[in-house]
Amino acid sequence: MATTADNFAPAAGHGGDHDHDHADHKPGFFARWFMSTNHKDIGTMYLIFAIIAGTIGGAISGIMRVELAEPGIQYLTWWAEFMGGAGDINTALHMWNVFITAHGLIMVFFMVMPAMIGGFGNWFVPLMIGAPDMAFPRMNNVSFWLTVAGFFSLLFSLFVPGGAGPGAGTGWTVYAPLSTTGSPGPAVDFAIFSLHLAGAGSILGATNFITTIFNMRAPGMTLHKMPLFVWSVLVTAFLLLLALPVLAAAITMLLTDRNFGTTFFDPAGGGDPVLYQHLFWFFGHPEVYIMILPGFGMISQIVATFSRKPVFGYLGMAYAMVAIGVVGFIVWAHHMYTVGLDVNTKMYFTAATMVIAVPTGVKIFSWIATMWGGSLEFKSPLVWALGFIFLFTVGGVTGVVLANGGIDDNLHDTYYVVAHFHYVLSMGAVFSLFAGFYYWFPKMSGRMHSEMLSHIHFWTFFVGVNVIFFPQHFLGMQGMPRRYPDYTEAFSFWHQVSTWGYYITAFSMIFFFANLVYAFVAGRRAEGNPWGEGATTLEWTLPSPPPYHQFETLPVIEDHHDYHDHRPATA
Amino acid sequence: MRQAFARTDNLILALLALLMIVMVPGAAFAQGEAISDADLVERGDGVYGEPPQSAMPGEIVAGETQPPEAEGSYTPMAPTQGKGMPTSYEDGALKSMTFQDQYSADGNYAVWMHDGILLPVITIISLFVLGLLLYVVVRFNRKSSPVPSRTTHNTAIEVVWTIVPVIILVVIAVPSITLLARQYETPPADAITVKAVGYQWYWGYEYPDHDVELVSNMLSDADAIANGEPAQLAVDNRMVVPAGVPLRIQTTGADVIHSFAVPSLWFKQDAIPGRLNERMLTIEEPGVYYGQCSELCGTRHAYMPIAVEAVTMEEFENWVRVQGGTMPGEEELSEEAVPLGQETGVAVDEESDSADADIPAP
Repeated sequence: MATTADNFAPAAGHGGDHDHDHADHKPGFFARWFMSTNHKDIGTMYLIFAIIAGTIGGAISGIMRVELAEPGIQYLTWWAEFMGGAGDINTALHMWNVFITAHGLIMVFFMVMPAMIGGFGNWFVPLMIGAPDMAFPRMNNVSFWLTVAGFFSLLFSLFVPGGAGPGAGTGWTVYAPLSTTGSPGPAVDFAIFSLHLAGAGSILGATNFITTIFNMRAPGMTLHKMPLFVWSVLVTAFLLLLALPVLAAAITMLLTDRNFGTTFFDPAGGGDPVLYQHLFWFFGHPEVYIMILPGFGMISQIVATFSRKPVFGYLGMAYAMVAIGVVGFIVWAHHMYTVGLDVNTKMYFTAATMVIAVPTGVKIFSWIATMWGGSLEFKSPLVWALGFIFLFTVGGVTGVVLANGGIDDNLHDTYYVVAHFHYVLSMGAVFSLFAGFYYWFPKMSGRMHSEMLSHIHFWTFFVGVNVIFFPQHFLGMQGMPRRYPDYTEAFSFWHQVSTWGYYITAFSMIFFFANLVYAFVAGRRAEGNPWGEGATTLEWTLPSPPPYHQFETLPVIEDHHDYHDHRPATA
Repeated sequence: MRQAFARTDNLILALLALLMIVMVPGAAFAQGEAISDADLVERGDGVYGEPPQSAMPGEIVAGETQPPEAEGSYTPMAPTQGKGMPTSYEDGALKSMTFQDQYSADGNYAVWMHDGILLPVITIISLFVLGLLLYVVVRFNRKSSPVPSRTTHNTAIEVVWTIVPVIILVVIAVPSITLLARQYETPPADAITVKAVGYQWYWGYEYPDHDVELVSNMLSDADAIANGEPAQLAVDNRMVVPAGVPLRIQTTGADVIHSFAVPSLWFKQDAIPGRLNERMLTIEEPGVYYGQCSELCGTRHAYMPIAVEAVTMEEFENWVRVQGGTMPGEEELSEEAVPLGQETGVAVDEESDSADADIPAP
């Protein structure tokens, strides 16, 4: 069994014969993957987990898009029977709610968060700050397996009664009283418990990242010399640490309302359903920044690397993320404009929400300024990053529209909102994930992927997601409500277009998986730094893949190195 | 009555059960199932089993649930194509890509703000960013710009791209705050009150000043089309109101949260159990305006549409009489006539055996 002591550089007193290849000594299969304390192995497991969860979540969106291709209920009855429910219309309609709930929860908690923070965060935060591992390697392992347990709890909920059929049909927001008195059966309990588990895993992960970044930076790497990806994970970890306990409290109250006769959210006992919404969105809004901030960090690294230029306005970029994180905690009620807020409250949240556009704009313009005067090389990571910058801008400006409480009165809970948050997530977060994946895949695997396949993947995916989501702005403005399995004839054209977009997107994923297979079967070996002189962060000073334990001798960051140029002169 | 239980006992029980759920997942599962069965039985007997409310799409024949004619008669208004309803791509490509035409002052102001300010601003910003990206791609690629500059700071431009967005946001904020202020004007004392109550899965409309109550269910697709109405938006009993006068729209939920939304009137207000939300609405001209429930409320969330029929004041008075109601001041209203539990909409307690009595008669 690997112990913590084994994982670190041998202490003085160990036999010298033991020393020379210790860095690559790996434990046996079970100990390595099931009792892992190695940040790179845990990061790899997070990434594989996120790919599996993302495939399931993406398949569910396929079920939904195919159902929505035309008015009427076409396939839901079949799915209701397939999932073990009755084949009647009520079960079919319940199944729809189960799908939207599962899609949302899986994509948020089991795809984007594990990939960004668990996957890339685990892999590259220690490498970028010159640390041998995370501060608490065993807790790191607990974080991962809690996330897996949460995922299984959610999957389990699909097969137990949840009202009119199996599964939890409350939406990812789990609003009371639909989630309390409105949903009999254990399915919602398991879905809520899944959030407890995943949330606990994320809180542990967040403390781990904060401790690591504050205490384990290589000598000479001050906070203001950290790569922006590390900054982004630091800010994200603070958001997680402050927001997730509030979610945990809210959903625990849901559980006691459901099972133990409390009435936190039940007006019959003096509670209030709107209280749940305040608690949920106090978590939920920081959550959307949790999903995008590490993406910001990755885009900064990639843009700088392929422009062969240091990031423009490094301090502005770092503190823009801090500002986004801080302001993200005081805008939550813009998700609740229609619940009957006071007019002054609505005016405040309108103004506060629009403020977020300012630091976000700083980031967009700084990325462009980084490329300005650069020497751009259009490798796959940069292409995805360029796609990110444009599509995130489009998603951002529709956010400014929605920020206006008076305008949101019409758009709230319509497809306009669906289009907006998919532009910032399906295109923002996911494009940054693919950018980061192609950027770091050679480092993680030691193999080069095919540039051609990743470019085809980019263009088909880019076209596909735009065809899915751009028409949804039109549907929303015409009044098509969210979370509907069926609609009036007038909405059918744009829904049909949207479904074609899904087919294109699903087709494009073939190139992603083909690329993975290609890389492992025929990909050429990656050098330590395959991206050239623009890649200046510490992970590129190591071989690809890095040794099982790196930086047994800590790198020293020289004083004369400017912001964002951290490669030790001796490397 | 669970409120009668001693609080401390409850808490101890809760803690014990919480322990159990943590320690013995199997036990928790069994318990959850027991609750669900009991709940389902109760639903069948009581609150959720009222026949007309839960009618399946297709079970209601058009006009069948119209109340018997009392005096005079009322014929539902025929909707105008493209007014108060979504427009299909085939009927108007451009019209299908923007907001529905508005029939309230706030709606017109909001559309003006969107089309006149927001849409141009966000289009220009998006195209500006796209243009910059394309320029960078063409001008600063490895061929055209083999030697990268090392510029990493330019205070002037950083100040500009912070200040200019602030100015743009202030320009947006002024009409935005104005719109909010307009939407929150207090209705005058003589405004006509309509209370929309969301049920799983239909709407109930109460006119407390006119002693009228009605239940509104979706029509089947066939009946809607036979009536010349859009499928899935048509209802058996519309919410009839006078046009051109201030209305006081109140919303509340009887079971879970619903949302009363009519896109062509720029109106959306959640119907939340235990709360009574209120907002003034003035509909500019007669017509039929369709909307749909806009907060996820369970299985048939998609099948509880809203149809508002705005008519002239004379037609409204006639409609009130046909419904068996009275205009305010015509006749003394007896307080006893108002069924119990309507003031808050929260008296529906699924644990109470006498729940039936709390449901307003359809």
